[in-house]
Amino acid sequence: MSGVEERITGLVGALRAHGVRIGTGESVDAALAVEALGFADRDLLREGLAATLLHGPGQRAVFDPVFDLYFPRGVGGPGTEGAGRDELRDRLAEALAADDRSLMARLAAEAVDGLGGYGSSPGSDGWSAYQTLDRLRPQTLLARVRDDVGGRDGGAGFADRLLDDEIRRRIEVFRQLVATEARRRVAERRDRDEIARRAVRPTADRVDFLYAGRDQLAELRRTVQPLARKLATRLAARRRRAARGTIDLRRTLRSSLSTGGVPMRPVLRRRRPARPELVLLCDVSGSVSGFSDFTMLLVQALHDQFSKIRVFAFVNRLDEVTGLLEHGRADPDGLGARIRAEARLTGWHGSSDYGVALGEFTERYGATVGPRTTVFVLGDARTNMSDPNLAAVRELARSARRVYWLNPEPRAQWGTGDSAAPEYAELVEMHECRTARQLGALIGGLLPV
Amino acid sequence: MNKRLDSERTLIPTQPEAPLFSSVDDVSARLAETGYLASPAVATTVFLAARLGKPLLVEGPAGVGKTELAKAVAQVAKARLIRLQCYEGVDESRALYEWNHAKQLLRISAGRDESWDETRTDIFSEEFLLPRPLLTAIRGDEPTVLLIDETDKADVEMEGLLLEVLSDFQVTVPELGTITATRRPFVVLTSNAGRELSEALRRRCLFLHIGFPEEELERRIVRLKVPGLGAALAESVVRVVGALRAMDLRKVPSVAETIDWAHTLLALGADTLDEAVVRDTLGVILKHQDDVQKAAAKLDLDAL
Repeated sequence: MSGVEERITGLVGALRAHGVRIGTGESVDAALAVEALGFADRDLLREGLAATLLHGPGQRAVFDPVFDLYFPRGVGGPGTEGAGRDELRDRLAEALAADDRSLMARLAAEAVDGLGGYGSSPGSDGWSAYQTLDRLRPQTLLARVRDDVGGRDGGAGFADRLLDDEIRRRIEVFRQLVATEARRRVAERRDRDEIARRAVRPTADRVDFLYAGRDQLAELRRTVQPLARKLATRLAARRRRAARGTIDLRRTLRSSLSTGGVPMRPVLRRRRPARPELVLLCDVSGSVSGFSDFTMLLVQALHDQFSKIRVFAFVNRLDEVTGLLEHGRADPDGLGARIRAEARLTGWHGSSDYGVALGEFTERYGATVGPRTTVFVLGDARTNMSDPNLAAVRELARSARRVYWLNPEPRAQWGTGDSAAPEYAELVEMHECRTARQLGALIGGLLPV
Repeated sequence: MNKRLDSERTLIPTQPEAPLFSSVDDVSARLAETGYLASPAVATTVFLAARLGKPLLVEGPAGVGKTELAKAVAQVAKARLIRLQCYEGVDESRALYEWNHAKQLLRISAGRDESWDETRTDIFSEEFLLPRPLLTAIRGDEPTVLLIDETDKADVEMEGLLLEVLSDFQVTVPELGTITATRRPFVVLTSNAGRELSEALRRRCLFLHIGFPEEELERRIVRLKVPGLGAALAESVVRVVGALRAMDLRKVPSVAETIDWAHTLLALGADTLDEAVVRDTLGVILKHQDDVQKAAAKLDLDAL
């Protein structure tokens, strides 16, 4: 079995490139697992490698596509003569009706082979999942499959009202299969390592907020609760440690008088058990709204860690949205839309203006910021060429305990174009915060205890 | 396998006794005998954990059978199940061992005429040691399954303690020396991911995430646990639960809730699911009022 260890190290390398931390010990375990399981059953092999190489449930989303590349189901085309589009659709409808996964996988291979090829000269040709699905249009089979299944068992039962959603989920599975198959065919032509790095989507917490698509943002929102729970325990631990405090020298010396000047019992400085207050200023204009929404939800989920949280949203006017956020827990997806609908965020035009919004905050809500308040400003600091109003930020930094600015743009882009990031960064601490992972680390480290 | 891996193979001590399982199918079959229906992922990982002699870290939502898995493995291996329930503040004296102070005091006062050296060597002997779950599991000669339940509830300090136990299967008692396991226990750690476990601990374990089962497996689980339920009704139950899981709820129903619901339906004598039955019993599977309302709206229960 030559080449097995290369496959494993290649797989490990690709996973590492996606941020999964795997040591040599795990690679050896993976090889032992392969030895113990053999190659007879591909699914067992997949589970075995996942058990030895991965450390958390989130990594599975990266592992599966990478595994499919390094341990493909087969090599080359499906071997059958390319079936026509209509015939494929007929057979796909049957497979969807019967929920037959292995038949669906075979059909995906045939579909990519028959419909997904593009280009003719070697080097520029390949297979496209997009093109395959565009020609096959599996989503239009819904009605037909529903009639098929309904006709078979009468369709009178209560559970049959769920049929549409079930079929939609099966179609989604089929789309994934086509994407996997197209990736595999391309990887046979090109460098497999390259495809594994480029074509496999990173885990949701490593996606740039600025480029995340709708479904990735939805996936991110689902991670809010677990992340908040983790951060809460981390905060509680920090708070416990902080409560032990440092030695109060004056009182230690005073109490040592009773033991003849020997400090038998050190006295610790006591901290006042006051929970900190938090103010969030969020830019919710189109460019950064995904980032702001996510952060607002996260902070709201942490609300019991603070005595007071107030959240303000702005585009070029500023308004308080704390109330909206509390109701937002039930329906996080619609949060952004509701904030834009119910709060007064824009004045004469629709583009963001940090200067005016920050000025309005210090003017109208200046009293909410006191010496116990930590302020987070969320936004890309792109002022659309208007006055950045540094005086307002200076005022904010003076009155608050700490002010942090979280910027979803990469640091290299700060100060380019209309970005006023460097100017603001001189006045307040600015951090780059591009992904949910960075946000979690920042929130965990910066939140006051 | 090639040579290099073969030479490293010897680094990992193999168990002298016959392997627990011969193949993955063997795992599934024998677990099924005890009433635990394992998915291929579960069976494969259990097989590897037994074969590689590594602890098994099981994560997943509440009620998918993480603890049950450990119990089933113990039953299959005819092993003694030793359970360490973790909670906030669990410490060395609860998890590892403790000296029986009261007995030591009695011993000291009983032997008045002895020299101090004699007494000292005597009171720090095995007789005065109170073994707690971790030490018990390591010292035992019979096959054992050590279940460390809800590891995420324990403090970070506890993890440091587990590292020694899980990587070398040994415990150091300063007064007695190092106690090494004569027979490696099969270790299962469970976690609800309430806290991120440290990377060091994860590294020492095989990782298994038990999610919600596939429809077909869940149907079999329901039929096994609630034998009186008709096949058609079981199928409908599983389909509805599957649909609920696809919704964005605060607490999605787990396998335990599916079984509860099946029991409820059986007790109510329902033959088929209909709007009224589902509406009345939705509280069994959903534990939040907003979830119930949301689900009722999505399943159009009020449309009748």
